Amino acid sequence: MSAPILQVESLAKRFGGIVATDNLSLAIEEGELHAIIGPNGAGKTTLIAQLAGQIAPDSGSIRFMGDDIGVLPMDRRARLGLARSFQITSLFLDLSVLDNVMLAVQAHAGHSFRFWRNARREPVLQERARGALERVGLLPRADLPASALSHGEHRLLELAMALAGNPRMLLLDEPMAGLAAEESARMVTMLRALKNEFTILLVEHDMEAVFALADRITVLVYGRVIASGAPQEIRANAQVRDAYLGEAEVVGAAHG
Amino acid sequence: MKKEFDARTIVVVALLIVLALLPVYSVLSGDRFIVTLFTRILILGLAATSLNLILGYGGMMSFGHAVYLGIGGYAVGMLAHEGIYSGFVQWPVALVASALFALVIGALSLRTRGVYFIMITLAFAQMAYYVIAGLARYGGDDGLTIDKRSQFGILNLSNKITLYYICFALLLACIYLVWRLINSRFGMVVQGVRSNELRMRAIGFPTYRYRLVCFVIAGTICGLAGALLANHTDFVSPAMMYWTRSGDLIVMVVLGGMGSTFGPLIGAVALLVLEEALSGITEYWQIILGPLLLLVVLFARGGIDGLLAKVRAKVPA
Repeated sequence: MSAPILQVESLAKRFGGIVATDNLSLAIEEGELHAIIGPNGAGKTTLIAQLAGQIAPDSGSIRFMGDDIGVLPMDRRARLGLARSFQITSLFLDLSVLDNVMLAVQAHAGHSFRFWRNARREPVLQERARGALERVGLLPRADLPASALSHGEHRLLELAMALAGNPRMLLLDEPMAGLAAEESARMVTMLRALKNEFTILLVEHDMEAVFALADRITVLVYGRVIASGAPQEIRANAQVRDAYLGEAEVVGAAHG
Repeated sequence: MKKEFDARTIVVVALLIVLALLPVYSVLSGDRFIVTLFTRILILGLAATSLNLILGYGGMMSFGHAVYLGIGGYAVGMLAHEGIYSGFVQWPVALVASALFALVIGALSLRTRGVYFIMITLAFAQMAYYVIAGLARYGGDDGLTIDKRSQFGILNLSNKITLYYICFALLLACIYLVWRLINSRFGMVVQGVRSNELRMRAIGFPTYRYRLVCFVIAGTICGLAGALLANHTDFVSPAMMYWTRSGDLIVMVVLGGMGSTFGPLIGAVALLVLEEALSGITEYWQIILGPLLLLVVLFARGGIDGLLAKVRAKVPA
């Protein structure tokens, strides 16, 4: 097997007395869909934020495609191909849907110190942005302001923006948060299609989706990895059952 | 055939025609004062247009923008005081000095957000104000009279109408420049940062340098307005960059419409004409102006420009 695309070693982060990430090591292989599950407060979003560069870890290393990216700012990591979607929808609400995705394309199309030509009329940016919108089924809504979309559509737009930059790896933070059952099913279908193209790190509360999609699952509790393996192994793991899966029904219901 | 117009287009076109023909009216009617008033309006409209670039499009609430009026103005005034009258020297110096000053202010202030950003831009402007007020050689507090306007070969800036049209042409050129900028890749980044900076960084933009360049461009354009203002009044004083003047510029932008192409010009015309008209009625004209502004801020978020855009009329074409 080749070297992992993302390798995290001994990552640690404390907020005051709270240990958010506790000596966490993780290796993600190229092409796999790796799900991270764990009860609320297990440090899943904190982990994503550290991988993406929004939060600096106290110690530990992060290697992406062989390079140490632990000291790089967020924008550099994004340009290296590490694309992130947010748990709480984070969009440009006052711009159009197409503009949102075009900005994501533009971020990966050279520098933007171009002062004269109309960016909205650049065919390259247009085509790639429309392509990404088409993949998530939002193309008919391209010209609406982003604020006019429903919550479910916002989640799809988040995904389109992550896809738009031709990433090497997707960091998806609860793409199904707040979705109705039907929308969730649509998202699962979409992620299944993306799985063949991208390495994906998926943080998700929806257990049904996780077990349907994941190649491997890592279980976090209080910032620590308590188990990691194929879905069947995780399902069979007594420690995971005790610590988490029973409770997940409750958590899942609360989020549903 | 019916064609749809919105009131905004009609008002902007009408305003531009009026501005273009104003000197003609002045000559025919013998009203000399109106050209003086409107030269001033055009210059402050230019300053407001530059502020709109960072405030309206970029979401950077600078409370020290008038400092570049002062720097551009003093570049002209100081050079004239030293016997250098060529506009080909004075104006580039005014632009470069404003750009450098904006670079310094921006480099520091753009690392902060919100109230801190407002306070730092204000602090820098006030610092410049007190430094200039302390320069005895250049008149200090009393300001500096300019005995000869910038020399541009055959262009005679001492001719009121020539100066008026120079201001008008530069204003239109800068409005066009800002419009191009805003729709370019650069402008999309600036607007993206206003909308959601964290997201911009997450999709791969090093946002700080884009905001800084935008801040410097705005400062430079305002420096040009300062050079024009010095020529218009034949006088520069620290009051040009006092914080209340920065406040005036903000009022023009908000009144006319933040983030709109012609909004700052509309705002400058509205504010200064109102000021002129109301001060003719009463000494306490600000008592009338204040509530008017309040109404605009409360009920017309897009300013006058935003209000006009909502008014659509079907007219036969």
